[in-house]
Amino acid sequence: MAFNYDKYLRVNKMPTLWCWGCGDGVILKATIRAIEKMGWDMDNVCVISGIGCSGRFSSYINCNTIHTTHGRTIAYATGVKLANPGVNVIVVAGDGDSLAIGGNHTIHGCRRNIDLNFILINNFIYGLTNSQISPTTPQGMWCVSAQNGNIDPTFNACNLAIGAGASFVARESMIDPKKLEKILVKGFSHKGFSFIEVNSNCHINLGRKNKMNSAMENLAWIDSITIPVKKWEALSPEEQLNKLPTGVLREVEQAEYCDLYDMVIAAAQGKRGKITQDDFAKKI
Amino acid sequence: MAREVIGNGNELAAEAAIDAGAMFFSGYPITPSSEVMHVASDLLPEIGGKFIQMEDEIAGIAAALGASMTGVKSFTATSGPGISLKAEQIGLGFIAEVPLVIINVMRGGPSTGLPTRVSQADIGQAQYPTHGDYASITLCAGSLSECYTETVRGFNLAEKYMTPVFVLLDETIGHMHGKAILPDLEEVKASIVNRATFDGPIDEYKPYKVPMNKPAVINKMFQGYRHHVTGLHHGDEGFPTEDAVQCEFNIERLVGKINTVAKENDGLDDLPDYEEYMLEDAEVCIIAYGSIGLGAYEAVQKLRAEGIKAGMFRPIMLWPSPAKRIAEIGAKFKDKIFITELNMGQYTKEIERIIKRDDFTTLFKANGRPIAPAEMVAKVKEMM
Repeated sequence: MAFNYDKYLRVNKMPTLWCWGCGDGVILKATIRAIEKMGWDMDNVCVISGIGCSGRFSSYINCNTIHTTHGRTIAYATGVKLANPGVNVIVVAGDGDSLAIGGNHTIHGCRRNIDLNFILINNFIYGLTNSQISPTTPQGMWCVSAQNGNIDPTFNACNLAIGAGASFVARESMIDPKKLEKILVKGFSHKGFSFIEVNSNCHINLGRKNKMNSAMENLAWIDSITIPVKKWEALSPEEQLNKLPTGVLREVEQAEYCDLYDMVIAAAQGKRGKITQDDFAKKI
Repeated sequence: MAREVIGNGNELAAEAAIDAGAMFFSGYPITPSSEVMHVASDLLPEIGGKFIQMEDEIAGIAAALGASMTGVKSFTATSGPGISLKAEQIGLGFIAEVPLVIINVMRGGPSTGLPTRVSQADIGQAQYPTHGDYASITLCAGSLSECYTETVRGFNLAEKYMTPVFVLLDETIGHMHGKAILPDLEEVKASIVNRATFDGPIDEYKPYKVPMNKPAVINKMFQGYRHHVTGLHHGDEGFPTEDAVQCEFNIERLVGKINTVAKENDGLDDLPDYEEYMLEDAEVCIIAYGSIGLGAYEAVQKLRAEGIKAGMFRPIMLWPSPAKRIAEIGAKFKDKIFITELNMGQYTKEIERIIKRDDFTTLFKANGRPIAPAEMVAKVKEMM
């Protein structure tokens, strides 16, 4: 039987405002399928998005949804989750949202290891505002704000997340929706901050002047720069430089922030002693 | 029974927030407001509430707004530079109609300014903290007791009008340590206002479908009534729209639910919007607010001892201003009005707007120092 997306969509908000062939729709469907796999009660789910094309993500899912300001998704989501630890929170943000204007919140969300499911839709460009460079736009590409070619070095989002302490870090592209769905289920199942970078296309505003005029050409480029992490590890350092590893890049059990806060409550209420360094395996 | 307590203004404001029903605080350290955060971090977990120190000022208010969007009473505290950073998020609070108490303990500015010294130069910022059209509610504490009572009131107004509310302290009052008389705790609890909820059929739940000048009716999240929150202009159900009629209605309602309601009802609640001290038989009126009001009491007493019948008018709700009473004072005292504030005349402009005169005597100070009663006395003597 065909999958029933209608149960999870605000069908009266369709069609989406995304361009023809945009990967955001594929990611929306994969997210819905992953939610179904998790068996979550949609009354107990909150989807939070930022600004840009991905910002509209929240308005299409039929649950409790918040469309925040540019770059601040994780900060709003931290309030939602800490105030309501029992609910499932999905955060969707773009590369501009989470690596440029909101970079600080990305770092600290990872560091706190609060149980948020963070989906970074990386389309390598500011799409909605008409093709300005983002922190992931490859050097040498043309953008309206770099008309002689982009010189700014790029950001490796997953490396940042690992460095900042996220307990689950994965990368996948929307080329294979089944694979993406699986990664999302893994991330959603993980307790702690799940950082999931999803590479996506913007043939309209990244592709049009960079020889990727169609969705398929843009996807072929994404395919050419991604490689499963096992294969990536076998590459030489020079070859690794030009490939982004996909799959689960980090998965560790680590104390989750809302759980840690329960210790604070217990200490404040005299149900345990003050928290000391001895409560933590990692001392520094 | 009224309570006699010892504390500073910042601590009393934080305690008031807890008594008013706050269960969430997020913020970022900044002088001279940090004690609000210290007390919140101590008291909230005791009652099962949540406190979090965020990574910056923006996150400090964003997390509090996020918690409040789900229905949990929240607050944050900061000082001028923090408000500047939080400005965009405050705008989301205005347009999406999210109750939140923002305590601003004012210090000298602009920019880093005078971090440890007093100022009242964020009055204008409190009226228009962010871009766009909206109306702000701003309370200003003029005593240690008011640090408590006006914070409680701030929560009640935020819930009643579904909007961020500023509670302004200044460095002097925030750090002043002394005795305060607080209202009976049971009375405080009985006064608590909680945001209205819709309990009809779920498919008829339209949080922003409210008449002109009425606040949105937004249910708590995770209880079956799903809605969408956005900083974009939105229609009845909260979904984005650019419909011209709807957008115009939105802005007129956001402004009207506060300014028009205050004008029509002479205030937003039953509590005093100002205090008058020995004003009845006075020949000269001193207008002061916040910690400067404390000096003005003494100035009035000193002037009276010297045979000059002085009185004081001290606004508590700065925005929307107690315009009706200010107009009456203008009619009664004519040019025998002396306005003193710790800025270059930000509230004087409002008084000029209402009274439609600008021939008042003024004493402004913006060097981080308070205004001594003797300075006020000297100025009033020049007028007589």
